[in-house]
Amino acid sequence: MISIKGLHKSYQMGSNSLHVLKGIDFEVKEGELVAIMGSSGSGKSTLLNIIGMLDNHDKGSYKLDDVLIKNLNETKAANYRNKFLGFVFQSFNLINYKSAHENVILPLYYQGIGRKKREVKAMKYLDDVGLKNWATHMPNELSGGQKQRVAIARAMVSEPKVLLADEPTGALDSKTSKEVMDLIQKINKSGKTILVVTHEEDIAQMCKRVVRLKDGVIVEDKKINQKKAL
Amino acid sequence: MFNRDRWFEIFETIKSNKLRTFLAGFTVALGILIFIVLFGLGNGLENTFNEYFTDTKFNNIYVNGGRTSKPFAGYESNRLIELDNDDLQEISNKFDFFIEGITPRITISGEVGYKLKSNNYTIRGVGPSNQQNEMNVLMFGRYINEKDVINKEKNVVIGRLVKQDLFGDGEAVGKYINGGGRSWKVVGVYQDDGGDNEERIIYTAYTTMQKILKSTDKVGSIIISYKPSIGYDGALEFERKLKSFLKNKKKIDPSDPRGVRLRSAAKDMKENQDFSSALNYIIIFVGIGTLLAGVIGISNIMVFVIKERTKEFGIRKAVGATPSSIIWMVLQESIFITTISGYFGLFVGVVFLSSLGNTLKEDFYITDPYVDLNTALMATIMLIIFGAIAGYIPARRASKIKPIVALNDK
Repeated sequence: MISIKGLHKSYQMGSNSLHVLKGIDFEVKEGELVAIMGSSGSGKSTLLNIIGMLDNHDKGSYKLDDVLIKNLNETKAANYRNKFLGFVFQSFNLINYKSAHENVILPLYYQGIGRKKREVKAMKYLDDVGLKNWATHMPNELSGGQKQRVAIARAMVSEPKVLLADEPTGALDSKTSKEVMDLIQKINKSGKTILVVTHEEDIAQMCKRVVRLKDGVIVEDKKINQKKAL
Repeated sequence: MFNRDRWFEIFETIKSNKLRTFLAGFTVALGILIFIVLFGLGNGLENTFNEYFTDTKFNNIYVNGGRTSKPFAGYESNRLIELDNDDLQEISNKFDFFIEGITPRITISGEVGYKLKSNNYTIRGVGPSNQQNEMNVLMFGRYINEKDVINKEKNVVIGRLVKQDLFGDGEAVGKYINGGGRSWKVVGVYQDDGGDNEERIIYTAYTTMQKILKSTDKVGSIIISYKPSIGYDGALEFERKLKSFLKNKKKIDPSDPRGVRLRSAAKDMKENQDFSSALNYIIIFVGIGTLLAGVIGISNIMVFVIKERTKEFGIRKAVGATPSSIIWMVLQESIFITTISGYFGLFVGVVFLSSLGNTLKEDFYITDPYVDLNTALMATIMLIIFGAIAGYIPARRASKIKPIVALNDK
């Protein structure tokens, strides 16, 4: 599903260049649930952003579902993101003046799906994360766990090939974290490929495979015994 | 542009951001409102101005005789020059090309009465052209005509106030009034915008007047209106030629400043027009300044709005919004708001101006303030276009921002 070879990325910081990713080789097959771990500054978020086409890489190749992702213009990147990828962020990133339902509808709106159809579909995904009764509520009326579940519904509604979660539990307490991870496990069980960036060991243990980054290189990549979240 | 879904999305955004919408809309509405009101008041000022200077016709030239101050061609100094019928005839023949209307004027005053009422009035002997020269408007009957002049008829045309004095609400035309021991037939009643005195004059044929004044052929003065088409320069040229013609005819030293006097509004008119257009420039300058301030106001709000929405745009891009869809969303929203509120400002401004009417005439010399629809629409469209441009630049920048930067708030 994801195939990365010899990936490099540097950031220009004034006159200094910060080499963040120093040659990453990385494969993800369909249906995997991968945790990307590392301390801050290890390059894990940068890797996720490149995979998510939110950022460009300098060197190396990146294939998503056998499509070479290279030098995409903004419009094409937007279309690919919409078609292939779902995002879940640490800070939820819901649009605060739209209700839970409207937030979930948004990706479908950009897919050009008719209004009636997208309303029904969004409601179904909201129901899947157990928030059907909260559909009309605004983000500021929801708890952190609920917001993240809305964000997950929004990421899933466009039926992406890969779900990318950047510290999905970073802003949540441990109980809520487990609930969110439980949801992610369930989605994975239905066959979805998921990448989770985290620095929490117990969250990583709930995945099927752990990739550890340090100073821009992969230092460990192993399959583990998945722990149930709940 | 006509995508229903997109409009729906925009209405959603507008509805959910009332303060922002209100601020942007308010700026635009206020800009247009001030522009309209300023422009309208300016026009009102100009109206008053024009009114003051259009009482008698602007293109009149008044010709009077006088005493010479230099001896010439065997004549002594201090000789009295009087205009007569022959001068009148020759002027109208020789200067036909320049002349729109010409009338002599012999003015006396005297007691005129009808039945038991009587009053002192100015009585003038004139030609038919006097109606145009004085801008008299007929209310009843007819004016002095050629036949009156030829037959020296004792017909008179009286001013509105003369009629009111002598006849009250009754019929005047066809009645006979008494003056100087003779009776005169009233053939018409006129009105004049030039004030009460202008409506207290009695006109009769100049030939009739000459006959009464012991068969003289003198005319007190001659009033000539030149054709407006000859313009300001043409008028001055005409005046110069006329003066030298008369001096030659009456044997006056060409360098004598007196003897014959020409008075015209041509010079005044020119100055008035200059002043009027200066006034116009000031109004236009202030108006454009106001609009510009409005545009700057919108730009500021747009920059602020887009800054505030950067994160939202990042989210939208993360879920699949293309840069162009974001630009269009911002533009359509801003055009929509500017159009609606611009129209609102326009409407309020026009209503305000028409409610003013002439209430400011006494104290502020503003008559009938108005703005023609084209100017108003142009202003609104300008504001919309500039608002769109003002929105486009930051919107473009926002659309180019990488979602990762917009969302990076950890």
